[in-house]
Amino acid sequence: MNILVIGLNHKTAALDVREKVAFDGARLDEAMNMLKNSGAVKENIILSTCNRVEIYAVVNDIGSGVESIKNFLSSFHNVPLEFLDKSLYVYTGADAVRHLYRVASSLDSMVVGEPQILGQLKDAFEAALRNRSTGVLLNKLMRKAVSTAKRIRTETKIAESAVSISFAAVELAKKIFDDLSSKSFMLIGAGEMAELAARHLITNGVKKVFVTNRTAARAEELAAEFHGKAVPFEDFIRELLHTDIIICSTGAPHYILKKEQLQRIMKERRQKPVFIIDISVPRNIDPRINDLDNVYLYDIDNLQGIIETNLNERAKEAEKAEKIVDEEIDSFLKWKESLSAAPTIVALRNKAEEIRKAELEKVLRKLGPMEEDRIKSIEYLTVSIVNKIIHPPTAALKADDEDKEQMLDIVQKLFNLKIESDNNDKR
Amino acid sequence: MHEAASFFSWCVLVLFFYHEFRYKMGMLSSFVMPIIFVLMFSSAFFSREIKTLNPVLDSHWFEIHVIMAFMGDAAFAMAFGIGTMYLLQERYVKSRHLGDLFRKLPSLQSLDEINFRLIVLGFSLLSLAIITGIIWAHSAWGSYWRWDPKEVWSLITWLIYALVLHLRVTVGWRGKKAAMLSIIGFAIVIFAFFGIGLLQKGRHVFL
Repeated sequence: MNILVIGLNHKTAALDVREKVAFDGARLDEAMNMLKNSGAVKENIILSTCNRVEIYAVVNDIGSGVESIKNFLSSFHNVPLEFLDKSLYVYTGADAVRHLYRVASSLDSMVVGEPQILGQLKDAFEAALRNRSTGVLLNKLMRKAVSTAKRIRTETKIAESAVSISFAAVELAKKIFDDLSSKSFMLIGAGEMAELAARHLITNGVKKVFVTNRTAARAEELAAEFHGKAVPFEDFIRELLHTDIIICSTGAPHYILKKEQLQRIMKERRQKPVFIIDISVPRNIDPRINDLDNVYLYDIDNLQGIIETNLNERAKEAEKAEKIVDEEIDSFLKWKESLSAAPTIVALRNKAEEIRKAELEKVLRKLGPMEEDRIKSIEYLTVSIVNKIIHPPTAALKADDEDKEQMLDIVQKLFNLKIESDNNDKR
Repeated sequence: MHEAASFFSWCVLVLFFYHEFRYKMGMLSSFVMPIIFVLMFSSAFFSREIKTLNPVLDSHWFEIHVIMAFMGDAAFAMAFGIGTMYLLQERYVKSRHLGDLFRKLPSLQSLDEINFRLIVLGFSLLSLAIITGIIWAHSAWGSYWRWDPKEVWSLITWLIYALVLHLRVTVGWRGKKAAMLSIIGFAIVIFAFFGIGLLQKGRHVFL
């Protein structure tokens, strides 16, 4: 029984390759069933997201398993194998386990620590359960992958800090204002990043929204989108009196808000704090504004700097996460090993029982008719002898020993046991 | 002095637990426990001999006066701790270098609000302590106010915190300035508490 993974991801394959082999929802079930019935693959799960397509499988023989899964990928999607082959990676045994754990805990993601992948993996697992395409090994493996990811999330700070401009803006706003629902917000100008940040603030509770723009129509349009109020551009400075958070992104070549102007407003506001995010290039807000008390000004570089630090922090946390992955791999492999000792133990027991029964029958036939009690005593004698002899080797096989594989081998030879499943899938 | 310092630290502890459970703020203990520790620690160096209370002083006014004064000082001690937290967090946000504690420390707004509330509490208690002191001094000694050093310094403390509150309400001295004032205010409280108790002789030197 070998665990393997074949797949490609954003690191190995460009989008035009990834989109060709992606499995959409409807065809996913079909694909899992086809693999299940193909014969070469005993268990399978297909994980298909926009950044990766991976097939986790349990096969008897690695060589033929890899080949048939690759052929399946190419024929299912009608793509020549040569086109895919250079993007595909194959991991087997412990490496496959490691890969899955790293994927689940988003150590392998484009943005380390992003939360979506775990949900996608759970969905894939659910689909596999629905199609009955998995068995003992992959079920256990998937559950362990999910629990490993959760352990990493709680024991490390891998997903804690903001790594995008809009998340960083919200994180800062929350450290300045605490509860955002009583705060008001003004969007000056427009732009993808500014609108994203605005939307993020709104989902985090900001209710009162002002929008201003040199083009009044554009302001109206955005105001409608954010359920806010459009403010004429000439009057926006007056409106700052009631504004706590400002996001500025205009194409103006000069400062549209000067220190002196805001200073006057701050006095009127009785120094209630203001948080300003200026993501325009060139900057639209006088940088000296940050010298004012209770005013916090961040430009695009400041936010970028914070994201950089946070990314470094995540990288540091990822190292801790890798250690957890190592631990969890060990625990899975141990479980798997004990699983492979089980057939040997069963075979040994069966063999002893067979001999006992055969010999008992012979003796009973020779002795002729006897009282029930005597037969019982003789039978008891045989059972206890067999059990006493078998007990130490069984205990040794169950124990957690380093040269367990060797021991399994010896026991099988000594007792001439025939084991159906193979024991050569280690590492 | 021993019992005064340790009672002081117990009062801070009571207020600390109240805030800890009410607001569940991160890091509060790291900033308040040192204050409690220093107070407790200093109490260990004073004589443990407890003088019996002068019968002149023994009345209910005395109990109220002392508890008000100590709880008021404890509120100022808490405001000092919160103010320090504010200054640290505000430096992180202002300098755009979000240090290690940035994520653990509470938001500026909640620190500022709690600081304000504590100063209001401390100021009210101090006012009550002064008023009960005046009434009780009249019944014990027959005079309302005798300009003894403790009285003078209490008045100075009272004026400082009155100024803090006044500036906040009128011109909006909040945030950083309020936090700094609460630190200065507490320095005066501590001086009035230990300095006067140790250096001067007056009728408050029962401590």
